[in-house]
Amino acid sequence: MNTQDSTASLALEKEGFDFAKWWDRVGILIVLVALIALMSAIAPNFNRVDNLLNIARSISINAILAAGLTFVILTGGIDLSVGSIVAVSGVVAVVAAVAGIPAPLAIVLGMVVGAACGLVNGALTAYLALAPFIVTLGTMTFLRGLAYTITEGQPIVASDLSFKDLGNGYLLGIPVPVLLMAAVYLIAWFILERTHYGRHVYAVGGNAQAARLAGVRVNRITTSVYIIAGACAGLAGVIFAARVISAQPTAGTGYELDAIAAVVLGGTSLAGGRGRIIGTLIGSVILGVLSTGLVLMNVPFFTQLLIKGIVIIFAVAIDSLKTRPWLFRSGAKSARRDA
Amino acid sequence: MTEPLLRLEGVTKRYGATLALTEVHFDLKAGEVHALMGENGAGKSTLMKILAGNVARDAGRIIMDGREIEIHSPRDATVHGIAIIHQELNTVPDMTVAENLALGQEPRTRFGLLDRHRMLADAREKLGRVHSNIDPRRPLGSLSVGMQQMVEIARAVSENARVLVLDEPTAALSRGEAQELYQIIEKMRRDGVGLVYISHRMEEVWQLADRITVFRDGTYVGTGLKDELSPSDVVGMMVGRSIDDLYHHEPRTPGKVVLEAEGLESDAVGPVDLQLRSGEVVCMAGLIGSGRTEVARLIFGADRRRAGTVRINGRESQPADPADAIRDGIAMVPEDRKVQGLFQDHSVENNIAISSLGKLTSGGVVRRAETRTAVLGQMKRMRLRSNAVDLPVKALSGGNQQKAVLARWLLRDSDIIILDEPTRGVDIGAKREIYEIIDALARSGKAILVISSDLPEAIGISDRLLVMRSGRIVQEMPSRNATEEDVMLHATGAGSRTVPTHTGVAS
Repeated sequence: MNTQDSTASLALEKEGFDFAKWWDRVGILIVLVALIALMSAIAPNFNRVDNLLNIARSISINAILAAGLTFVILTGGIDLSVGSIVAVSGVVAVVAAVAGIPAPLAIVLGMVVGAACGLVNGALTAYLALAPFIVTLGTMTFLRGLAYTITEGQPIVASDLSFKDLGNGYLLGIPVPVLLMAAVYLIAWFILERTHYGRHVYAVGGNAQAARLAGVRVNRITTSVYIIAGACAGLAGVIFAARVISAQPTAGTGYELDAIAAVVLGGTSLAGGRGRIIGTLIGSVILGVLSTGLVLMNVPFFTQLLIKGIVIIFAVAIDSLKTRPWLFRSGAKSARRDA
Repeated sequence: MTEPLLRLEGVTKRYGATLALTEVHFDLKAGEVHALMGENGAGKSTLMKILAGNVARDAGRIIMDGREIEIHSPRDATVHGIAIIHQELNTVPDMTVAENLALGQEPRTRFGLLDRHRMLADAREKLGRVHSNIDPRRPLGSLSVGMQQMVEIARAVSENARVLVLDEPTAALSRGEAQELYQIIEKMRRDGVGLVYISHRMEEVWQLADRITVFRDGTYVGTGLKDELSPSDVVGMMVGRSIDDLYHHEPRTPGKVVLEAEGLESDAVGPVDLQLRSGEVVCMAGLIGSGRTEVARLIFGADRRRAGTVRINGRESQPADPADAIRDGIAMVPEDRKVQGLFQDHSVENNIAISSLGKLTSGGVVRRAETRTAVLGQMKRMRLRSNAVDLPVKALSGGNQQKAVLARWLLRDSDIIILDEPTRGVDIGAKREIYEIIDALARSGKAILVISSDLPEAIGISDRLLVMRSGRIVQEMPSRNATEEDVMLHATGAGSRTVPTHTGVAS
């Protein structure tokens, strides 16, 4: 009697073509492949190795931000302050380097500052139970102000910046930011997919109340994901500063929205509990390929924004419609698995 | 015999395959308080919803003043003079008392604007009719629950209600507020209103009611004059079932004390003392709201303790978080498995493994093959099919979902297991399986604490019963010779020698 209903649900699982499952696995990848094919056909120089490496380098900052943000969004939170953290940590790293602190230490300092900002976001969200949207809206503004205050509103140009290779250098023919991005994603993938901690992140986003009663220390997990997002933003900020060889108080303005777009494009649910880090990487690449491709095609900047907006809405719409199988399945079998 | 004010004949209500009400009768005279009693699920609320026009009956007649009437909507109920005071108040807390009383029929000036003066005057008049001196300009939310209830009653009376149904009206009231309510009920009875009083509390029924009707499992059991009945008669009518072999288990021999709580107290419950022994199943019985879940949550560290200690195998356990309690060897299967127990979108494997990852990782990395083997082992023990392991847990039936939550704690292998309503919403087959697992766990030396509102189950599966009322354990008894009547007497307070006027929340 009880075994019957498990069989029934399994039968449903096998029955026919399940658009939702199929889209979850490969949908976003197909969008990417189609986009690359389209770009190669239209833009003559698109396929050249140096161009592809350039694209990879240009997306690395947003991709690193999005990787950290994926942790936050998986718990059902949001972090609007990562763009401002980019500015603060970049500024701190440059000021430190100019003051004579060795390059590796300056880089680490930038990341630590980012992580500290994340700690504030996380602690306010978890222990004071404040809405993360509001908390990070506040810190976004505060940290932007802090970046302006440190630099007195002017960029600090450091032409002999000790860690400028972090943004402009190559290792084995690959731009350093791309290598850093790869490392971040490898680590993030390992943490989310293979560790105890990763499962707890998913659990908090899936059902915080159940997670707590199952023995997950929800407040600690919540705090930690903002620290991770902050550290990633810190790294992105240091890379940005190295790339432009200066401390820019305006760095990273609006980056939080591109990063959120990449996470959502990658199929992570804003409600938390569902999503994959690999999806975020693909989402970042799609946004990057789209921007570069449109530039190569000489599409005016304003039109680029129009197209980008439509792509984001389209991708998220498919993601939402996939849970309504009757839109995609032929036949009358529209029984939902959770019915 | 005079024609009653309201008469229900052969009312039947079906929800899908289950009969919520089967040809029940009920009648109400003007100027009487008629108590309607029964256990949870007896059909009291369904009958009330039919009277309120929220639910349509499938068969039967409703007769008022000798004429058959139809109630299709809450509006119809109002037109016929039937008013319901629900457990959850149906008011807007941010608006003033006067605004609430005028809701939907606000007086207007000749320019079509709100006539505030008349609204206030109307409100004073309406409150005066229930002899209340509440200031109608106060926001409703600033009043105590009891006073808010009074405003609701004033609204009902202002709509010329001749039948007033009160559903557990004192559940949220303090002793003083309840006394005020009794006085209002008394006044309304004298004014010739017919009152239907739904309550679990024996003592207040005995204070207020003229007649008592009992429902059980959706059927009419009987009606009697209060003066001709005793509390145990009524309890007997309410339970009236025998324990069948659904609960059968071989005798168990409890071992040493593993958990000892002393003076456990929160804002809602306590002080509570209790002991659990290894190899023993203890059931906490009591009415809904008597504080059983709260006690479990205090032990488990899910809510903050105000006072009291818990010792596990002699060592003090002071959990700040359930994670600490779990480390100390306690497990809890929560009451609402959908909201508190499961990650609906996550796989069965992840749902089962989540609490045991500490044992299944090295250096923070999950040993995946071992995890899968361990999960499959527990699924087999729970008779869950192994090919469900990767399905989202929401694809399982209610009984199988509950077994998945149980499997989580079997995998964790905690010494003390608390189960809050483990068989609610579970079919009879899965129930039997869950009882067998509980028995097997006790035999393997675990201490089991079960919270159950199903009396035959509570008595049948346990070795010892703790009966709770108003936040305290009022009676402890061995299950062997306990009867449902015994438990109900203590749970409702009817067992006390003198019938107290009202038992509020323990101060």
